[in-house]
Amino acid sequence: MSIWEYANPTKFMRTTDGLLPWLVAGAAVCCVGGLVWGFLTPQDFRQGSTVKIVFLHVPAAMMAINIWVMMLVASLIWIIRRHHVSALAAKAAAPIGAVMTLIALATGAIWGQPMWGTWWEWDPRLTSFLILFLFYVGYIALWSAVEDPDSAADLTGVLCLVGSVFALLSRYAVLFWNQGLHQGASLSVAPGERMSAVYRYPLYLSMLGFMLLFLALVLIRTRTEIRRRRLAALQAREMRA
Amino acid sequence: MTLLTVEGLAVSRGGLRAVEGVGFTLDPGQALILRGPNGIGKTTLLRTVAGLQPPVEGRITIPDDAVAYAAHADGLKPALTAAENLRFWAQVFGGDGVAAALAAMDLQALADRPAAALSAGQKRRLGLARLLVTGRPLWVLDEPTVSLDAASVARFAVVIRDHLGQGGAALIATHIDLGVAEARVLDLTPFRARPGRTSRPSGFNEAFA
Amino acid sequence: MIALLIRDLRLATRAGGGFGLGVAFFLVLSALVPFGIGPDRAALAPVAPGILWVGALLACLLSLDRIFALDHEDGSLDLLATAPLPLEGTVAVKALAHWITTGLPLILAAPVFGVLLQLPPAAMPWLVLSLLLGTPALSMLGAFGAAITVGLRRGGLLLSLLVLPLYIPTLIFGAEVTRRGAEGAAVQTPLVFLAGITLAAAALIPFAAAAALRINLR
Repeated sequence: MSIWEYANPTKFMRTTDGLLPWLVAGAAVCCVGGLVWGFLTPQDFRQGSTVKIVFLHVPAAMMAINIWVMMLVASLIWIIRRHHVSALAAKAAAPIGAVMTLIALATGAIWGQPMWGTWWEWDPRLTSFLILFLFYVGYIALWSAVEDPDSAADLTGVLCLVGSVFALLSRYAVLFWNQGLHQGASLSVAPGERMSAVYRYPLYLSMLGFMLLFLALVLIRTRTEIRRRRLAALQAREMRA
Repeated sequence: MTLLTVEGLAVSRGGLRAVEGVGFTLDPGQALILRGPNGIGKTTLLRTVAGLQPPVEGRITIPDDAVAYAAHADGLKPALTAAENLRFWAQVFGGDGVAAALAAMDLQALADRPAAALSAGQKRRLGLARLLVTGRPLWVLDEPTVSLDAASVARFAVVIRDHLGQGGAALIATHIDLGVAEARVLDLTPFRARPGRTSRPSGFNEAFA
Repeated sequence: MIALLIRDLRLATRAGGGFGLGVAFFLVLSALVPFGIGPDRAALAPVAPGILWVGALLACLLSLDRIFALDHEDGSLDLLATAPLPLEGTVAVKALAHWITTGLPLILAAPVFGVLLQLPPAAMPWLVLSLLLGTPALSMLGAFGAAITVGLRRGGLLLSLLVLPLYIPTLIFGAEVTRRGAEGAAVQTPLVFLAGITLAAAALIPFAAAAALRINLR
């Protein structure tokens, strides 16, 4: 039995039906746990209580990038193996990714105001996320603009491939363009830059929570898309007959 | 040498199979007229044969660079003259005989007029004259006689006959009697696709049926 | 392929072809900016490289939807797809025609508009060189966006939405060359990146654009 069997819509619906309650429960426990635990952490000696937004900011930023990567993989599976569910999963993931990017940008602005004294700075990281957001918006707009679902799936797949290359290119171009204010990676493995364990463990929990939240949301949205496609298929058949 | 072999062809329109199990061959000198009610998939089948869309099932065998396709839109640029339009397509397809093509469709007098100034029927004639300058043996024609008057239809029938006589072939979807007596007729009605589970869905509408 | 290039150039230069609209737009933009920023040389000169690059980019964007839309409407694109030249070649030639009719006039006009915007004379050669290296990438990426949106109603707005993020790297390096040129700093690094983006776009984008066209034609 191969993994591709889960690409069959019926099989996918049946499997996710059993899986979803667990995912939703896990996401709720981890998100609430991580955020509450994070809120109860002591104040940072430099950043004060503002540091606590990190438990929202970092997981959202991580998911913003991971969701695009997931869309890229799903698009590749669609283009190469023509599994329809894969294309729908990419479509379902895009708005979640856009919202995650927006959360990362908004929490960053709220954090940046007390820390850097500005809501917005054309810093490489902030700029990269803004560009990523533009790519999400374009991708979503293309899905909704093309009426024929087969063309829409193919065109957005091609756009996702080209967009990925250019998103990466923009990332490096932006680094070249401005060196920036943003602190280094929050979970860097380099010694001396590591976060204290007090913050690290709740952050891990809340990252896991966001991951599970995304999985739950993308499955729900994919299931909705599958049902919508089934409805459209019935209507198309009705019209043809 | 056979110009076109179609075996077990299924084509899809709007994510659903339109016709399936279609098979025929065209040898040099032969013409085949496709008939069938509106919406059965004649245009889709012709586009598939022309290579503009992939077949869902089955096989289409054509020698390299053999197809000249003509559809509802003539591909004319209004800013260019009739002769310039034809010359461009002749260059693209590596053919020639612009003057002869204009003569065959009775367009010599209009050669230097911009295509924008031509009537609908004249544009259609110019679009069909394009087939002659491609130098390709297999003509795939979708309702070629739309907006042509009776005299022009007769003239076009002569052009098709000449083409067949020179070893060409034609696959035509049309509702009117072209007056090409030697053409066979294939009615697509019996090939209408039956809904049901298929191993290879042609699109979203079949994958989620 | 040469026949196609000549046809596209001829169509662009005949009445209704829209030739020169890009430059006119560029002129209007360059003339408006000083009204917004103020006539002060010290205020205009630092922003001139960026304004000129953004202006060139927007002027290029204006005519992108014409690359394939007209040929799609009148059926030429179907016929070109069945013609002996590969669709990738058709895309490349049409992007080249777009560059010749839009990018090239912009490059020739840019120094004049640079004077309007108080661009330091030392930066002029770098402005022209950066546009020369960068605008082909703009046309190529635009052809990709045009290929994706070719069958759509109201595709023009979507086209800008899709293409603008793709333009960011080109814009960054292009404006950087001009800015460094104005300051007399070393321009080699951004210049090399700019050329690299253009070469990569010219090499790879025709395949993506042709794939998008095939999807839209079927």
